[in-house]
Amino acid sequence: MDNKKTSPLQDDYNYKYGFETNIEVDAVQKGLNEEIIRLISSKKEEPEWMLEYRLKAFRHWQTMVEPKWSGLKYPEINFQDIRYYSAPKKKADGPKSLDELDPELIKTFEKLGIPLTEQKRISGVAMDVVFDSVSVATTHKEELDKVGVVFCSISEAIKTHPELVKKYLGSVVPYADNFYAALNAAVFTDGSFCYIPKGVRCPIDLSTYFRINAKDTGQFERTLLVADEGSFVNYLEGCTAPQRDENQLHAAVVELIALENAEIKYSTVQNWYTGDKEGRGGIYNFVTKRGKCAGKRSKISWTQVESGSAITWKYPSVILLGDESEGSFYSVALTHDYMQADTGTKMIHIGKNTKSTIISKGISTDKSSNAYRGQVKIMPSAQNARNYSQCDSMLVGAQSSAHTYPYIDVKNKTAHIEHEATTSRISEDQIFYLQSRGLNMEKSISMLVNGFCKDVFKQLPLEFSVEAVKLIEMKLENSVG
Amino acid sequence: MLEIKNLKAEVDGKEILKGLNLKVNPGEVHAIMGPNGSGKSSLSKVISGHPSYTVTDGEILFDVNFEPKNIIHMEPDERAKEGIFLAFQYPVEVPGVSNFNFLMTSFNSVLEHQGSEPLTEDEFRNYLKKKMEIISLRPDFLERGVNSGFSGGEKKKNEILQMAVLAPRLSILDETDSGLDIDALKVVSEGVNKIRSKNNAIVLITHYQRLLDYIKPDFIHVLYQGRIVKTGGPELALELEKNGYDGFLQ
Repeated sequence: MDNKKTSPLQDDYNYKYGFETNIEVDAVQKGLNEEIIRLISSKKEEPEWMLEYRLKAFRHWQTMVEPKWSGLKYPEINFQDIRYYSAPKKKADGPKSLDELDPELIKTFEKLGIPLTEQKRISGVAMDVVFDSVSVATTHKEELDKVGVVFCSISEAIKTHPELVKKYLGSVVPYADNFYAALNAAVFTDGSFCYIPKGVRCPIDLSTYFRINAKDTGQFERTLLVADEGSFVNYLEGCTAPQRDENQLHAAVVELIALENAEIKYSTVQNWYTGDKEGRGGIYNFVTKRGKCAGKRSKISWTQVESGSAITWKYPSVILLGDESEGSFYSVALTHDYMQADTGTKMIHIGKNTKSTIISKGISTDKSSNAYRGQVKIMPSAQNARNYSQCDSMLVGAQSSAHTYPYIDVKNKTAHIEHEATTSRISEDQIFYLQSRGLNMEKSISMLVNGFCKDVFKQLPLEFSVEAVKLIEMKLENSVG
Repeated sequence: MLEIKNLKAEVDGKEILKGLNLKVNPGEVHAIMGPNGSGKSSLSKVISGHPSYTVTDGEILFDVNFEPKNIIHMEPDERAKEGIFLAFQYPVEVPGVSNFNFLMTSFNSVLEHQGSEPLTEDEFRNYLKKKMEIISLRPDFLERGVNSGFSGGEKKKNEILQMAVLAPRLSILDETDSGLDIDALKVVSEGVNKIRSKNNAIVLITHYQRLLDYIKPDFIHVLYQGRIVKTGGPELALELEKNGYDGFLQ
């Protein structure tokens, strides 16, 4: 089963998504200034208000400094040395359907396991596919149209649903929120937009797939998801990038809004290129994800499997504004070689009887460093708020490190908060026990790790959970084997 | 089936087994007794390949494809797949992995090694049902994490169930009786007696005669300071019980 010689996973680093697509692109020159922002905005044929928003964000960004509190170690990023827009060249009249897409693009996504063409696409999941700076395809439009679900690229939404975009863009993550959020607001090029109308249970899962291809290009996508009263949506997000020696920046912003009785489940399997065995290259993943439970009894749940990127700086959070709203965060973060991950969540309780759950599982191997950083904040108005946090770390090998930074800030005495944390090392005795039952070393370790992550994996939709298990097993084989 | 010749082994640079000899044939039950620190548990770990132990001399010959083969360089999982089973004195907890998944993965890896097709979930469930008649466990047992939160008795029962499922040719039971009350001891012993056949062999490692009232051994060996110093029939256990190891070894 795990035969070393025949396993395709054993090769070199084996990031099977590390290839590059040769495709004609329309790109802007490197660097960041108002001119570039105007250029991006005009390329995207945006309305004036959008350009204004970008410029405000940019001017604010110029006054900010990069956050240093996380303790992540990386050389200074030269923001003038990044290309902020790169898009596959369109035919003069643009593709009318998915089948008219550039065959190179279709091939790329097929290689990634994401068939885009009508006859081959995955049933049951509608997809928006973002390639470098633009959304190249959205599937299952008709099916979604029938129930009134809007699912398209954010560029398109700016034109077709300006009232929704204007109302909600920046309403959860204002451009002044943090350095990377401001940068994103200034230069974001594409991303997905989704609106689920009142009372609609989205009939299929929605999914966005992000692919960074072009060299020296940053990816700054923006996702905005609004679930109107009483609606439900299951949203999945995946991502990959070619293998390169230079670091590439990915600074996304995701905003979720759940109105009264609405529920959003957002799952991510993050597998950006991690850099090589010596720590060269890889994606800097500086992402701001936040949801707002705006209405009563609304629910937002973040589930993430973070197994890629050289550096991950990411805290999917929930603002629990509506009374009786619920937020949850389920996370598995795996680091290997020289990867650094600083990830966690913020649960901000404002409404009465709000509830949050945090389950975080960190696994560090090799020389990597893995930190959970989370904040639970109970505001004075949050009568009877409840939080349960469990943060477990598992160390594999002697050179890796794990850190847990829980911040708890309670301003209402009726709050009920539980926090549990453990750190464990896979012991020789555990491995010997499994081996003595006929499982080889790799299988034993992956069984231990899967057991460790089970509470998170079971939150993922089935196909995603299978993929996540395989991904973790593959990474561990490389690290421990 | 198993022949140990002049086995010497150390852990952390300290020699524990100092020239041990033992021969076990199919269908036999051997009991290895001895005072604390005589090397009983170490012997079981060395046979099953625990990585902390280094064999410095001697051989462990085990029949592989009907030919005696020195297994000292084989990985623990390879030994397991050839039919060596160790029931742990302290079974390890594996949280988050269900007993069902664990048993099935384990069983199928042995099947695959033997060149057979692995069983499907349904097939395995049927197979397991029969095995669970040998030893009774709580109804929710299969869904619970391996040994996690189990009582001492449950852990030991689980070891015997694993033994029943894997159907090894050689089973080594390392102090399976320790920490068991009399009822649990009966259940465990009855399980072992049901698994016992003329094709498989059992090595019991124990301090006390008590277990041997339930599982009747063919041979008793006294292990002392890393060597077997005396071998005899069941009467030897009674003699030990009467005089203690001190009396016996003088």
